[in-house]
Amino acid sequence: MSSRCRADLRTTVPPEEAPKPQAGALSRTTGRGARWFETGLRLAQSLLTTNSGKKAGILALFPLTLLAACGRETRDVQGRMMQSGDRADKFAGNAWRISNGARLYVWMNCAGCHSHGGGGMGPPLRDAKWRYGSSMSDMVFTILNGRPNGMPPFRGKITEEQAWELAAYVRSLSARTREDALSGRADEPANVEPPPLDERKHPRAVTPDQDVAQKKAGTQ
Amino acid sequence: MKRIGPVALLMGAVAAAFGLGATALALRYPAVHATFSDQPIAFAALPAPDARARLANWDQPASDGQWAWQLGSTAATRFSPMTEINASNVANLKPVFTFDTGIRKGHEAAPLVVADTMYVTTPYPNDVYALDLTRPGAPVKWHYASKPQKASQGVACCDVVNRGAVYGGGKLYFNTLDGQTVALDAATGHEVWKAKLAEINRGETITMAPLLAEGRVLVGTSGGEMGVRGSLAALDAGSGHVVWRAYSTGPDKDVLIGPEFKPFYRQDQGKDLGVSTWNPDGWKIGGGNPWGWISYDPELHLIFYGTGNPGPWNPNQRPGDNKWTAGLFARDLRTGQARWFYQSSPHDLFDYDDINESLLLDIPTPQGLRKVVARPARSGFFLIMDRLTGQVLSAKPYAYINSMERVDLTTGRPIMNPAKEPQSGRATRNICPAAPGGKDWNPSSFSPRTGLVYIAHNNLCMDEGDVDTNYIAGTPYLGTEARMYAGPGGNRGVFTAWDPVAGRKVWEIREDLPLWSGTLATAGDVVFYGTMDGWFKAIDARDGHLLWRTKLDSGIIGMPMTYKGPDGRQYVAIFAGVGGWAGGIVSGALDPGDPTTALGFVNAMKDLVKRSPAGGRLYVFALSR
Repeated sequence: MSSRCRADLRTTVPPEEAPKPQAGALSRTTGRGARWFETGLRLAQSLLTTNSGKKAGILALFPLTLLAACGRETRDVQGRMMQSGDRADKFAGNAWRISNGARLYVWMNCAGCHSHGGGGMGPPLRDAKWRYGSSMSDMVFTILNGRPNGMPPFRGKITEEQAWELAAYVRSLSARTREDALSGRADEPANVEPPPLDERKHPRAVTPDQDVAQKKAGTQ
Repeated sequence: MKRIGPVALLMGAVAAAFGLGATALALRYPAVHATFSDQPIAFAALPAPDARARLANWDQPASDGQWAWQLGSTAATRFSPMTEINASNVANLKPVFTFDTGIRKGHEAAPLVVADTMYVTTPYPNDVYALDLTRPGAPVKWHYASKPQKASQGVACCDVVNRGAVYGGGKLYFNTLDGQTVALDAATGHEVWKAKLAEINRGETITMAPLLAEGRVLVGTSGGEMGVRGSLAALDAGSGHVVWRAYSTGPDKDVLIGPEFKPFYRQDQGKDLGVSTWNPDGWKIGGGNPWGWISYDPELHLIFYGTGNPGPWNPNQRPGDNKWTAGLFARDLRTGQARWFYQSSPHDLFDYDDINESLLLDIPTPQGLRKVVARPARSGFFLIMDRLTGQVLSAKPYAYINSMERVDLTTGRPIMNPAKEPQSGRATRNICPAAPGGKDWNPSSFSPRTGLVYIAHNNLCMDEGDVDTNYIAGTPYLGTEARMYAGPGGNRGVFTAWDPVAGRKVWEIREDLPLWSGTLATAGDVVFYGTMDGWFKAIDARDGHLLWRTKLDSGIIGMPMTYKGPDGRQYVAIFAGVGGWAGGIVSGALDPGDPTTALGFVNAMKDLVKRSPAGGRLYVFALSR
């Protein structure tokens, strides 16, 4: 990681003071790099609208990809304790933290109750309803201390940092997480489309007698 | 007249061809949510009178019209001898009164009626109401609030259901979700005793209905999805003290296996198999919870009950047969000592709990009547077993099965289909039946007048993939991801009338939604059941033709019952309150966007949200006058 990016990282605005993100898939990054990124993007967009400007627009996009890469890796490599204020931002926008959270989510049996966000024994985590608050720190509190309607406490089983990683993953199930921080594929073996109906056709009757009877009745 | 141009003609032809093609396609590939006809499909003739299964000689249903146990009799037949409501007049049924519990979770229990009082038990928070049937509208006589620990909701697999109470000797016995058995004075609603049998911090809950026999209250634990080591306890009905407790895994002394234990098949003979058929110490968190139905034969003093799935679901983490999970125990009620055991799903791969009801019937054979246990098992096989020895006499599929080929009657073992064995880290497709089995907990019924067993069941298949899982006390212990969908034919439920002597289906009704309600058979040749979109149906016990139906305000997963009121008339009662494992998408407001939700059941139930609201209302019907 370059020193330019590290400098960027240290001056990241805490989420409380950061300007509210704009609509649009690419406008969710925060910090100085992101602001440069957005300015460049607007320039590129305006160039792309005209035929003659297309080439220039594509050229203008190139340095943007470099800037985007700069804002992407925000892992604290020195292991320094983070300020509580910018914690949420550091975990929620960080690919490494989110994927750690995804692994913990399975290891700590979260998936057993909440499935992959749809719920089961526990409530869903991918909708807009949050019984105990939707902020990252609410989630961390819930994970570590439990809640009275059946959420067990995980304090002593995972570290506080791991609880933040879990919260970052859980948040990514419903929030609009930065695209570059999200994993491209889910690891759940069953979480794919079932075979089409024609692979399951010919409902073979369950006994030979019934096979004959069914054919006679013309229900097959 | 305007001439029809060639273009219009061509368009008409194309439209017609398209219509025909679409119809043909629709016939060939029925859409998952297609409407299925109420018309039964016949497969065989009714058995001749001398070829019919019959009630055990001690199981002569009393004509007093009481309903003191969820399954009617301890032979689990759910048969009522009352005939006032019968096939010729059932179409005149009208609601008499309703009772709303105010709870919007799955209502699986049947109410009980003894003398002039109806006893209603609810899902969590496990309230009990006594209703006075002598007064119009059946007002509440007393109300008892169990107040179980709130945290118990978080360890209850698959909704916070309760399967009801049992009445005997002036007392009402039931279980609470947080693992207590409670005895109430039926006249006043005052608590007589309370016994704690489960610890929710270890994931243990209780959802089953206790059985009362010979002054013992029999209670089994739940928690097969939480790594709970299952056990069945016999409590003294007067004091609530534990007389004996038999575990489903572990050394013989814990399982109450002694010199009386004579299992029929060789794989069940040997010392401490509850330890040696497991990975080291796996039995300590190995499941086998007896959360379903217990039957009782007063002549043999034997109880029959099934044990649940082994834990975790992921079979790769527990090599071996995993005894004594997913099988049926016969025990001496007085001592608790095991008499025999039969494992219907050794080293269970698919969550085929063996907790379904055991109907105690007598079956004609060339050698005379034979005492049998008849079981529509979770695996999809209808098992007929000798009541004294545990020998499997026949095992025929009543549901579509491709996970097992057949049951080898010489060894007693199912022959597995290797293509359907779940693998680590990848999905195995199209396993039938799915985890809820050919049939889940919802009890069937039997009519001696037709000799048929009436089974409301599922037609579901699933994709399953396994991942290694950790045991953390009080959290799920699964390691399996599944997603379910309709089985062959596209219908998710089937109502089957089964001839247990010939071992064949006599007729069936294909239902769109899975059937999660119990059934009730009466001597009026009417069979009652309900659907998850709220239709309460009465069909002809002989051929399955629909006689009457009415739409209730929530889906039905309860057990219908019938009783004689203080006025001498016959009544039929059913809870409408969708939920349970199958209806969790409504009662738990689960998110169908994730196909693995509720262990994959939600994937098959996406349309339920539009078809049934949550509810919790008891309906009572009688003939209009």
